[in-house]
Amino acid sequence: MRFVLTTRYEQDVNLFRHNGQRFWYALLGLATLAAPWLMTNFYIGEAAMVFIWGIAGVGVMLLVGYTGLVSLGHAAFLAIGAFGHAALLRAGAPFLLSLACGVLLAAAAGALVGLSARRMTGVYLAVATLAFERVVAFVVEHWQAATGGMRGIHVTQPTVLQVPLTDRFVFYYFCFALLAASIWGAANLLRSPTGRAFVAVRDSEISAESVGVHLTRTKIAAFALSAGFTGLAGGLMAHAYGHLAPESFTVQVSIQLLLLVVVGGLGSLHGVVFGAVFVVFLPQILALARDGLAVAGVNRVPGLELGAYGIILALFLIFEPRGIYGRWVKVRTWFNEFPLYRKATYKRQRSYLRTERVR
Amino acid sequence: MVEFIQVLISGLSKGCVFGLVALGFVLIYKATEMLNFAQGELMMMGAFVAFTFINLAGLPFVVGFAIALAAMFGFGMALERGALRPMIGEPPFAVLMLTIGVGFAIRAIVVNVWGTNPHTLDVPYAGEVLKLRGLVLSYDRLVVIAATAFVCVGLWAFFRRARLGVAMQAASQNQLAAYYCGVPVKRVTSLVWGIAAAISTAAGVLLAPISLLDQNMGFVGIKAFAAAIVGGFGSLPGAIVGGLIIGVGEELVGRYGEPAGLGEVTAFIILLAMLFARPQGIFASLQRKKV
Repeated sequence: MRFVLTTRYEQDVNLFRHNGQRFWYALLGLATLAAPWLMTNFYIGEAAMVFIWGIAGVGVMLLVGYTGLVSLGHAAFLAIGAFGHAALLRAGAPFLLSLACGVLLAAAAGALVGLSARRMTGVYLAVATLAFERVVAFVVEHWQAATGGMRGIHVTQPTVLQVPLTDRFVFYYFCFALLAASIWGAANLLRSPTGRAFVAVRDSEISAESVGVHLTRTKIAAFALSAGFTGLAGGLMAHAYGHLAPESFTVQVSIQLLLLVVVGGLGSLHGVVFGAVFVVFLPQILALARDGLAVAGVNRVPGLELGAYGIILALFLIFEPRGIYGRWVKVRTWFNEFPLYRKATYKRQRSYLRTERVR
Repeated sequence: MVEFIQVLISGLSKGCVFGLVALGFVLIYKATEMLNFAQGELMMMGAFVAFTFINLAGLPFVVGFAIALAAMFGFGMALERGALRPMIGEPPFAVLMLTIGVGFAIRAIVVNVWGTNPHTLDVPYAGEVLKLRGLVLSYDRLVVIAATAFVCVGLWAFFRRARLGVAMQAASQNQLAAYYCGVPVKRVTSLVWGIAAAISTAAGVLLAPISLLDQNMGFVGIKAFAAAIVGGFGSLPGAIVGGLIIGVGEELVGRYGEPAGLGEVTAFIILLAMLFARPQGIFASLQRKKV
């Protein structure tokens, strides 16, 4: 166990506590850069998907994990980013400009939702975002000119410096760079006054307000930022899919995003990466399980994927609400304090219900 | 004019089903402040259980219906005991996510047990119509309205008069205090889940003749949620009124609105407008939180 002697205020604010952390993160970055040379084409594509889901996960984590606002409608922001980007590309806009416009469009939609969310809490917000998602899906299905309606839209694949973006290596590095930038940006944001305000709002709206946090502004900022990151992921997803249809972004995708942050670990950026790996590779594992079942004589299990999502989500919430990252922290603490680990270190506190209802 | 009244009646009957499912939400919310996103799936499962007893086992409608109600009552209690009991005292968000997960699991179970093909439930009043001065009203819709009224009055009396109903209210207002006063909070919670599952089974059986019996029936749950919020969460009459508003709105817009398919999102547009204008719903039951 390493003890860091804090002698300057900056040490508390730094992204990395000590050089050991810098070393390990650098090693991880190098390994990720070198990885495509060791992987087959299929896995390079899957890894790029992990990065894309990771970017969306950063957005959802900012909102759900750090600001404590639950959204069941993030697929809508994904769709706005993807369709906005694709429509602008088709109209002939340069690649980076249209990607940025997609992000801004999603962020604007997020700010709008945040504006209407200023008076809502908890449940109301979750359902309102769900309703918003349905309305956006309806617009996507019926706005022929921009989204191609039910037939969908073919995504123009641009070239960056004479290299087509469809090249797996280029796409891999592009997505990785954007994910790294997103995580770095979010980590920086979280140690700025805005990020601290997010956490304050999550922990108690009333106490946040009484120390001078502007609730409405903070919530709008959280929604806009979250939607912006998600929109960026949507723009990348457009290229990963190659063809966008309304059914690419259903409620199920919103649920998958929530699954990502819950399984990864609410309130940690590490959790985003764990969650993204989990969400992308779960279907592969399930496919293997399906093959295994076929050998065992069970031919077909319809709806296996959704059922598995549901059960895994439920099991995580009951047994490990802090997700994979929380489990890792526990394991690490156990080793750090080796013979002296106290069982109650991470005991969950329960609060008993006292309602504010009048009737 | 006649056509308008018919659309109105069919909207009312649809609204009654939304209202019934919303009643399930509100019951659970009132008693435990938990949100059950799996209510629509419970409804679907209930309808399929009734289908098993009535169509496949060939029991008379009333008997099969009663067995299905009892079975789903037990299932609701078991669900609470297995999945929700460990979550007492956890933040509401976690419970909400958990019920979403449970909903997915239930849908997977239904698909595996009963398959993906749509079915029709045999009801004694299927296809019969009541002719009244040029109006043609089918019985399946009228039965829905009557049954909903019956369930509402029953629940109202239950919460006002019955010991258990009062105990549920107490448990919902302050778990710890209710426990000190001798209310068996855990058992009460189980019973509430059982009742909610049974009510949604009734809703499922009533809805089955109107729509088809298939795996997508559970999506009614989302609209029912909208109904509950429009009516004001935690208010029993609010759930029904909200359901009626959404049901009638959906039918009217679906019939006269442009473009086609607008009816499908009417519920959500009404919900968003409501949340914008009056977030606490028609029958408000929430106060601003005090420190």
